[in-house]
Amino acid sequence: MFKNAKKIHTPLTPQVAKSLRTGQWVLLSGEIYTGRDQAHRRLYDLIEHGYRLPIPLKNEIIYYVGPTPARPGRVIGSAGPTTSSRMDKFTPRLMALGLLATIGKGERSKEVRDAVRKYGGVYLVSVGGAGAYLSERIRKAEVVAWPDLRAEAIYRLTVVDFPCLVAYDAKGGDVFAKNRKKFEEA
Amino acid sequence: MKKRKISEALVISTVKKIALKASFDLEPEVEKLLRQALAREKSPDGKTALKIILENIALARRKKIPICQDTGLSVFFIELGREVDLDFDLVAAINQGIREATKEGYLRRSVADHITRENTGDNTPAIVHVKLASGRRLKLNLIIKGGGAENKSLVKMMSPAEGIPAIKKTVLDAVKNAGGQACPPIIVGLGIGGDLELSAILAKQALARKTGSKSKDRELAKLESEILKDINKLGIGPSGLGGKITCLAVQAEKAPGHIASLALAVNLQCWAHRGAKAVI
Repeated sequence: MFKNAKKIHTPLTPQVAKSLRTGQWVLLSGEIYTGRDQAHRRLYDLIEHGYRLPIPLKNEIIYYVGPTPARPGRVIGSAGPTTSSRMDKFTPRLMALGLLATIGKGERSKEVRDAVRKYGGVYLVSVGGAGAYLSERIRKAEVVAWPDLRAEAIYRLTVVDFPCLVAYDAKGGDVFAKNRKKFEEA
Repeated sequence: MKKRKISEALVISTVKKIALKASFDLEPEVEKLLRQALAREKSPDGKTALKIILENIALARRKKIPICQDTGLSVFFIELGREVDLDFDLVAAINQGIREATKEGYLRRSVADHITRENTGDNTPAIVHVKLASGRRLKLNLIIKGGGAENKSLVKMMSPAEGIPAIKKTVLDAVKNAGGQACPPIIVGLGIGGDLELSAILAKQALARKTGSKSKDRELAKLESEILKDINKLGIGPSGLGGKITCLAVQAEKAPGHIASLALAVNLQCWAHRGAKAVI
């Protein structure tokens, strides 16, 4: 299914991030962090007050996911992407601090598209709802911040060949607008 | 005639059973529509998304991994026969069933207080609509609503003068606005008429109908198929990655309402349209 996909590894470098193009499939391997609504709120509060963050941001990747609990013997439960736009308010600031890539589902604000271009980052999407399928690509999961948030805690995940499509690239490309135009009927 | 007694334990275990089934085992009619979508889809990225979705469904069933990590908010449509005798709190029993399913199935705790954002910790309270019916049975119809698609739903009070064209435009605008965020190919539930809250309940009830079924009302069935056709011209496609199949089904219910009103509720549902039924 992913014959033409580009394999990329963490740590992601700005050069690799900048080389990715809208519409291209990638298979991502390495360590990434999770974070969704409540974790973003807390990260943002710490930034606002000048405190140290519990995770590094420089050249890192945040995956928007709130997994289900792992059954005994499994690494993680179901773990597909959540709607990225709910994090739009926070993303430009995190990218200004070095966050290079985000993974989620669906369209995002102009501010995020602009931030991706300005900081030479990338926004990746995976398939919404495919939580069981994607969980099989996660080999390790550990909570690294805010366990009280449970599914919304920050986890460090080790992923192998995690499939994503490049949605917004450093050149301002937008896969949603581009692909929609190809298939819409007037 | 003597009333039929149904025990609290039976309601709890039945709710638990259908809640677990819904989370791991997608109903065959939804899967069938997704297979048909793959056969008809022209977009390469849309096809890839559909293939992943179909693999995901099989994997979830085989390994008992929730189909989607958003194991959602549970919404019940209950029909309670008038000859049934319940000597317990039905809503409390339903919540107990959800609580047990959440624990046993390793489901995500996805319900929180909306002011404090504090998680209730057990996916309760469920949303329960009870209707009295004739007979000696208790019928339960559960649908699970994920946040992504629910967040893109709406109720709009329109003017009667605007009529059908305004209904169509409002639905199309809602689907366009949702784009890839509501996890297409979606299912659209429409509630037309009644008042503010009845229209919303009707829209959800339409989703609780057998997926892909047409309205029994001829005019409404025509509207459903016209809107489905229009949505699939938008080009949004599976997962929003572009394509011909944005929507699997449009299902509408209607009720009479005030002469001054035209109430419309648009309730979007993701492709992972999880539901299960039981009759006690």
